[in-house]
Amino acid sequence: MDLFEYQARNLFAKHGVPVLPGAVARTADEARAIATQLGGQVVVKAQVKTGGRGKAGGVRLAADPAEAASHAAAILGMDIKGHRVHQVLVTAASEIAEEYYLSFLLDRANRTFMAMASREGGVEIEQVAVERPEALALVPINPLTGVDQDIAREVLNQGGFPAEVIEAAVDVVTALWRVFVAEDATLVEVNPLVRTPDGTVLALDGKVTLDDNAEFRQPGHAELVDSDTTDPLERAARERDLNYVKLDGEIGIIGNGAGLVMSTLDVVAYAGEAHGGVRPANFLDIGGGASAEVMANGLEIILLDPAVRSVLVNVFGGITACDEVARGIVAAFELLASRGEQVTRPLVVRLDGNNAELGRQILAAAALPGVEQVDTMDGAARRVAELAALAGV
Amino acid sequence: MAIWLTEDSKIIVQGMTGSEGRKHTDRMLAAGSKIVGGVTPGKDGQQVDFGPGAGPLPVFGSVGKAVAETGATVSVVFVPPKFAKAAVLEAIDAGIGLCVAITEGIPVHDTAEFWAAAQGQDTRIIGPNCPGLISPGASNAGIIPADIARPGRIGLVSKSGTLTYQMMYELRDIGFSTCVGIGGDPVIGTTHIDALAAFQADPGTDAIVMIGEIGGDAEERAAEYVRDHVTKPVVGYVAGFTAPEGKTMGHAGAIVSGSSGTAQAKKDALEAAGVRVGKTPSGTAHLMREIMTAVR
Repeated sequence: MDLFEYQARNLFAKHGVPVLPGAVARTADEARAIATQLGGQVVVKAQVKTGGRGKAGGVRLAADPAEAASHAAAILGMDIKGHRVHQVLVTAASEIAEEYYLSFLLDRANRTFMAMASREGGVEIEQVAVERPEALALVPINPLTGVDQDIAREVLNQGGFPAEVIEAAVDVVTALWRVFVAEDATLVEVNPLVRTPDGTVLALDGKVTLDDNAEFRQPGHAELVDSDTTDPLERAARERDLNYVKLDGEIGIIGNGAGLVMSTLDVVAYAGEAHGGVRPANFLDIGGGASAEVMANGLEIILLDPAVRSVLVNVFGGITACDEVARGIVAAFELLASRGEQVTRPLVVRLDGNNAELGRQILAAAALPGVEQVDTMDGAARRVAELAALAGV
Repeated sequence: MAIWLTEDSKIIVQGMTGSEGRKHTDRMLAAGSKIVGGVTPGKDGQQVDFGPGAGPLPVFGSVGKAVAETGATVSVVFVPPKFAKAAVLEAIDAGIGLCVAITEGIPVHDTAEFWAAAQGQDTRIIGPNCPGLISPGASNAGIIPADIARPGRIGLVSKSGTLTYQMMYELRDIGFSTCVGIGGDPVIGTTHIDALAAFQADPGTDAIVMIGEIGGDAEERAAEYVRDHVTKPVVGYVAGFTAPEGKTMGHAGAIVSGSSGTAQAKKDALEAAGVRVGKTPSGTAHLMREIMTAVR
């Protein structure tokens, strides 16, 4: 899960990374109140999970509370690269002598952690990495021993930080490492890390990505989930414990296993090329034991999506028995009927693997309206694309 | 022949007394795996009865004790995420040769720790978040259904469980030496490259299917490895061409970040290395079928 800047800033503060005083506002009046409390100049910053806010006019300096309110009013509701602004962060303004870059992240390729540091901060670090790789230090961090003061100093040295800044920044580095470990993060980034004219080192902007797998030991993380900008279908799916991602096509997809579902999306997209370019409307993995309830919940979510014209259920029974899946589909139709919902869009089902024959017989005997079976994955994809194209006419 | 797992491999199951551990121990026994016991801390001295044929299996309080008393060289981990790190660390400390971590949902900080702890030790880790591996007809360590495919001479390595099953099913008549599910997490113990190297060295394997998916650059690095070190024919498949940027697609590691980790980049890298890449799982199986027909 990627966090908003203000959420990252709160986690920084919690673990001792120095940040500027400030708070988040959802209205212009709230922004005015925060600016009044802070006193003096403030910065009003759009909270969106994308870069390029400054260029888009989403970061503005305000001289007084009235200007903070008018900036907030202008920024709230803005669309920045497809991200709607629902909140602004209002912080004290700071003078900047120099800008640096600092982060800890998971290094997938080397299966370890890594620090990245550069004395050239405040710019897109991806750009620095490509254009001037020598200006960006990459320092492997052993997950077993972590980051102490000596390693922090080493990271800053390799990043080319000026000698007079290093001592002041060492504690910031160790504090940032505490954020990384204590919060089960896969990325903690400070960009820019700044030195003010009086020699203070501060985190002026931050990015944090948290590991969803750690939810069981991070009870505080649930409230960091963004309910404003999450797709409503994704939110509804999350409430039902379904692994669902909304896409922009017309064909609903249900499958078992992440790899097979990803593959199903691709195969359906290929098949759609011959049928007016119809595409998958979602990713939905119902996992190993597809009970009738899970199947019903999955179908319900997919049918909530008005863009969906046809649905493909693609299951390879490994541990899952296909007769169970078939019974699940039958029960799902009954369950949906009992909830007063009717399946009005055509459903193509492909069952293979464990007990596939029995599963196919069960479905055939049930003769559900609008449900047809195709034996192969490629064939099922072609048929469901054809049905979507027909429904769109 | 096979890689890493043979009919003689002695296997212990960590978490055998739990419902998943018990269910899959049953299945592994039915597939002919030599399961010699289980490990559950605090339950040393107990037994679990697996019915006629297999009979009761002993439960040990630690991997160390299980290894000392049974001579096990393989451990399969069904321990819940919360306790998985401790379980794998214990297996490493006991010097087990192969530790197969089935558990899904382990925090990546824990995986990074046990991976670091395994460096310089004797333990190969497969997974986590994987279906394990099977050498059809010989032994099964994990949750791959044993009856999908017959023994044969194709090697299979895959990030995805269900795509492993699908591919085994497509090529069930030709058969497999070993099928390895390496898992879909961002940090995994055994990589495509490890499996490619082992299949290349295995006299019982004639050709290799490798299945990848979006996220990271493991497939790109595997492609380089194939170009430089693999002389046996390799057929590839990559899932996730339609995945949008920045969204995790089921597997914790399956995410396109910016322009990196895309399926297209992986396919291009594999093809540049001489790997034939199928457009669909069936198409990929078809390519392998052509190769195996020519071999025979």
